[in-house]
Amino acid sequence: MIKSIWKRSLSFGLILVFLFSLTACGGKNSISTPNQSDDSTKKVKEEAKKTGFSWDMAKGEEIKILFNQHPYAEAVIKKIPDFEEKTGIKVDYSITPEENYFDKVTTSLNSRSGDPDIFMTGAYQIWEYAPPGYIQDLSEFIDDPNMTASDYDIDDFYSGILGALRWDLVPGHKTGTGPQWALPMGFEAYTLAYNKRIFEENGLKPPKTMDELLDVTTKLNEFDGKGTYGLALRGSRNWATIHPGYMSTFVNYGAKDFEIKDGKLVSMVNSKEAVEMTDMWVNLIRSGGSPSWSSYTWYQAGADLGAGKAAMLFDADVVSYFQNPEGASKEAGNISWVSAPLPEGKTEVNSNLWTWALAMNKESKHKQAAWLFLQYFTGKEYSLWASVNAKVVNPARQSVFEHPDFVEVIKKADGYAEVFKETIDGTTIQFTPQPHFFETTTEWAATLQEIVAGKFGSTQEGMDALQKKINKTVEDIEVE
Amino acid sequence: MSTQNKTIVDINHYTKIPFLVKARPYLIMLPALLITIGILYPFGIAIYYSLTNFSFRSPTFKFVGFKNWSDMFLNRDFWHAVLVTGKYALFTTGSEMLLGLGIALLLSRASRFTKILKVVLIFPLMIAPVIATLIWQLMTNTSVGILEKFLNIFGIYNFPWASSAKTAMFTATVIDIWVYAPFVIILILAGIQSLPKSPFESAKIDGGSAWFTFKTLTLPMLKPYMYIALIFRLMASLQEFSIIFALTKGGPGDTLMNLSITGYNTGFAFLKLGKSLPYVLFLWIIIYVISKKLVGKWLKVQKNASGN
Repeated sequence: MIKSIWKRSLSFGLILVFLFSLTACGGKNSISTPNQSDDSTKKVKEEAKKTGFSWDMAKGEEIKILFNQHPYAEAVIKKIPDFEEKTGIKVDYSITPEENYFDKVTTSLNSRSGDPDIFMTGAYQIWEYAPPGYIQDLSEFIDDPNMTASDYDIDDFYSGILGALRWDLVPGHKTGTGPQWALPMGFEAYTLAYNKRIFEENGLKPPKTMDELLDVTTKLNEFDGKGTYGLALRGSRNWATIHPGYMSTFVNYGAKDFEIKDGKLVSMVNSKEAVEMTDMWVNLIRSGGSPSWSSYTWYQAGADLGAGKAAMLFDADVVSYFQNPEGASKEAGNISWVSAPLPEGKTEVNSNLWTWALAMNKESKHKQAAWLFLQYFTGKEYSLWASVNAKVVNPARQSVFEHPDFVEVIKKADGYAEVFKETIDGTTIQFTPQPHFFETTTEWAATLQEIVAGKFGSTQEGMDALQKKINKTVEDIEVE
Repeated sequence: MSTQNKTIVDINHYTKIPFLVKARPYLIMLPALLITIGILYPFGIAIYYSLTNFSFRSPTFKFVGFKNWSDMFLNRDFWHAVLVTGKYALFTTGSEMLLGLGIALLLSRASRFTKILKVVLIFPLMIAPVIATLIWQLMTNTSVGILEKFLNIFGIYNFPWASSAKTAMFTATVIDIWVYAPFVIILILAGIQSLPKSPFESAKIDGGSAWFTFKTLTLPMLKPYMYIALIFRLMASLQEFSIIFALTKGGPGDTLMNLSITGYNTGFAFLKLGKSLPYVLFLWIIIYVISKKLVGKWLKVQKNASGN
């Protein structure tokens, strides 16, 4: 008996020793200040100072790029040989489907191995990657004439799009100030796409208000028999369900996601405006949404519009745009666009924003070569080529959007350019930057699913429960 | 004197055991020891990180004791995940065992038809569960799905399958059965085919009914095989990730949020690895306790079946 106790104590002791030895290993991770110029950046800048800018200044280097599977990435890949020829830099790239893309990026950045040198990102991911110092502050390169081509013209980017990728690292502070963490490849605004043929056949006009949208959605339910429906929306249990049409409409109703009270972020998802808007959204889904709404991502929602199963799509303008070129879908050529419907009495169109951008790994061992890659693939020449010859809509550069060649391309999409112009000024990141963004918005999507499924007695009850959960999640955030 | 000394030296010479001979038992054990360390090290790391606030969002972390564990136990979502994990394991393993036994018994009768069926039934096992789930998503699609068209014949339209909280568990269970029931069938069928013939012949001569033969001979002798199938399926269904993730990511709402999905979301979608590990380790404890009990039972049953 005594022997057994002794053995157990010894085992327990060994486990403790093992754990404490791990503690010693674990604490040794280096800390880097996110917005402080590091030694490798200084070295690269000093080298550039000696020679001045030239496209072959990093000749012979090799860089690794991580792409998300997306038409924007396909366009870049087509032009990589041209870049390699111009710069003498070798590019090695890999593509990962969107479903697992950010898991891969996160673990790569966390390993601090410097691989990949460049990766695709969105604005929301910057709120997670910039505070721990995973990504390079690009302002240091943009402002340096020895590092940046004289014709790069940073002011040519739409300020709202470029500003979405700037942030001062303070939770609760809006985007638009602070270091430039990434540069945009293209972006999405959220508008209403509709099928002209179906609308004409049913004697309907595209809706301008949310009430009209509900009315049309209800009328178009099963417009062509079982399986057809009025309005395609995203609905999967994922943050991406909240950020397109839902968040744009949320803001158009005058609702906010957070307010700062006593140095803390306080969720406002159960405010009067937020509940009224969510109630409308739930009604839209129930009266004319897809029966499989809760599993829908943008792929399915876009495909249903293209297949003529859905009469409307309230999502990214580019999602419906991809369905419209000849041969792209069954309903190609029949798709038209109007601005996001507004609540009664509102005139100002606001839209949330998504931008696919290129960012640099702060631990990259080839920063000069990586910066040349970034410049080339966000520069004027490439952007124009990609927008005219590949599927890069919407271009983030004003000169490209106004270029006659692109105007000619966009003319084929009925109403697209007009809606773009109506929406662009009100297009920005509508969320409050905070590091738990993905957790709070995923919870938001799950609650929306539960409200639609009738789990709560009312929308207010559901949003009250959500508010409590979000407040608990963000309680550790101190706002300066 | 010198002769005596020489004798002593000689004896020492013969009794001295070479180093390699002395080390042999340890060398033999070394590969096993290395493998054990290889298995235990990540496990130990997981326990350690579960006691820290490690996050992919931060380059540093610190020891927080049992905070992650207590937070988990106080979280209602955790208890919901435990319930979902239990329900899923019960529904899938229960159905697979019943179906597996029934189908294996039917297939044990030799005919041309059963020969073909034995081959066809293995097909789902060859498909990765994620791919199987995608196939089922297509089959249950309300516009192009073959199952939707089939249900239309009976006047059922837009059956919600995985999109509704009411039918999501049912849908996931059906997919799990489709993928894994063949595994149970094969195991039990192998058991049936290895049973001795003489007891069954005696029972037939004595006029024993089919039910009597099944209850008193087939079932007790098959029990060891059934226990193996049960252990494997129960362990895997408690850990199930791929089918649920590919189907609804745990939705609609929180309907299918089991421990694996909750742990994955917390660790990789929300980047809080320290907080996610208690979910995974708790699941491991549950599986360890249950499988230990079942393995003990299996040994007992095996002994009984072999007549010892």
